[in-house]
Amino acid sequence: METRLFALQRFSAMLLGPLVVVHLGLILYAVRGGLTASEILGRTQDSIGWGLFYGLFVLAVSVHAPIGVRNVLKEWTAWRGRSLDLAMLLLAAALLLLGLRALWAVVV
Amino acid sequence: MARIESRSLRVSIWRGKTQGRFVDYEVPARDNQTVLDVVTWVQRHREPSLAYRFACRVGVCGSCAMTVNGRPRWTCRTHVGKVAGNGRLIVEPLRNLPRIKDLACDMTPFFEKWQRAGGRFKGNAGRGDPIPRLDPSSAQRREADAGIECINCAVCYSACDTVAWNPEYLGPAALNRVWTLVNDVRHQEQDRIFEAVGKQGGCHECHTHGSCVEYCPVELNPTASIAGLKRRSLSRLFAGGSS
Repeated sequence: METRLFALQRFSAMLLGPLVVVHLGLILYAVRGGLTASEILGRTQDSIGWGLFYGLFVLAVSVHAPIGVRNVLKEWTAWRGRSLDLAMLLLAAALLLLGLRALWAVVV
Repeated sequence: MARIESRSLRVSIWRGKTQGRFVDYEVPARDNQTVLDVVTWVQRHREPSLAYRFACRVGVCGSCAMTVNGRPRWTCRTHVGKVAGNGRLIVEPLRNLPRIKDLACDMTPFFEKWQRAGGRFKGNAGRGDPIPRLDPSSAQRREADAGIECINCAVCYSACDTVAWNPEYLGPAALNRVWTLVNDVRHQEQDRIFEAVGKQGGCHECHTHGSCVEYCPVELNPTASIAGLKRRSLSRLFAGGSS
């Protein structure tokens, strides 16, 4: 179990590395002359490329973050066991749903 | 006989168990003196009831480790001149282990974790079998040899912040030990090792701080051993082995 989680966290991190760099680069590029909602939507709506990009981003974050938070909680608190694992599954589901919901809003 | 000089050391030694206090002693400073010599002097001349642990006095048995001026050290091979620049020594028991009395720790959790990690050698050859031939220059054997000289002093275990945060964590010594067994072609219980290090408290919880490497008195590299376990457990996972 821990080896699987370790592998998932490392591989999601490998995905997130370039994704975050592109995301930050995009922010710097996008705000260079002020930022408007219509400008963002103009870029993202009906864009299969950005849809796939941020879809993968959301998926990687939903895998990566709960595993890391679980490790932090185990080291900094006495919380262990099934309740912690369940809470982290809920966190993963929440990140995934919120992320996909946001993606839906800007792409479709 | 060592020359006794007029100089003296100011030594604070922890007395008590978890509840206790530091007691100060004036100890004659000598030209060549280890921290263990200082503790022994205090016990023989000032404090007969002082509890501490040692055996070989030459850095082989691994029983005399203590915290000296805030750092875990093997006291029999730690020269006072190297750690007490201003003639001041503060000696405490090792961190991360239950205290028994004064400078003596209970090593039980440390050795239990060796067992839990699968650190006991299990061969399959019997008395009548030929002695297996090992190639000392093979990559696998070199990995095993790099970690084999551990003296079980628990200095790395005491230095490890991950052990301090997570009492379940097996710790650098146990994981270094099983890495030597993983690379020992004679060892028969490889699956058991990967099952143990793939659980909570296993090798994946190492943060790679490197304190074990920094303080290991025999200059082993448990961090590298743990990294080896992480890599090997991942490749076993992808090969369909146990996790």
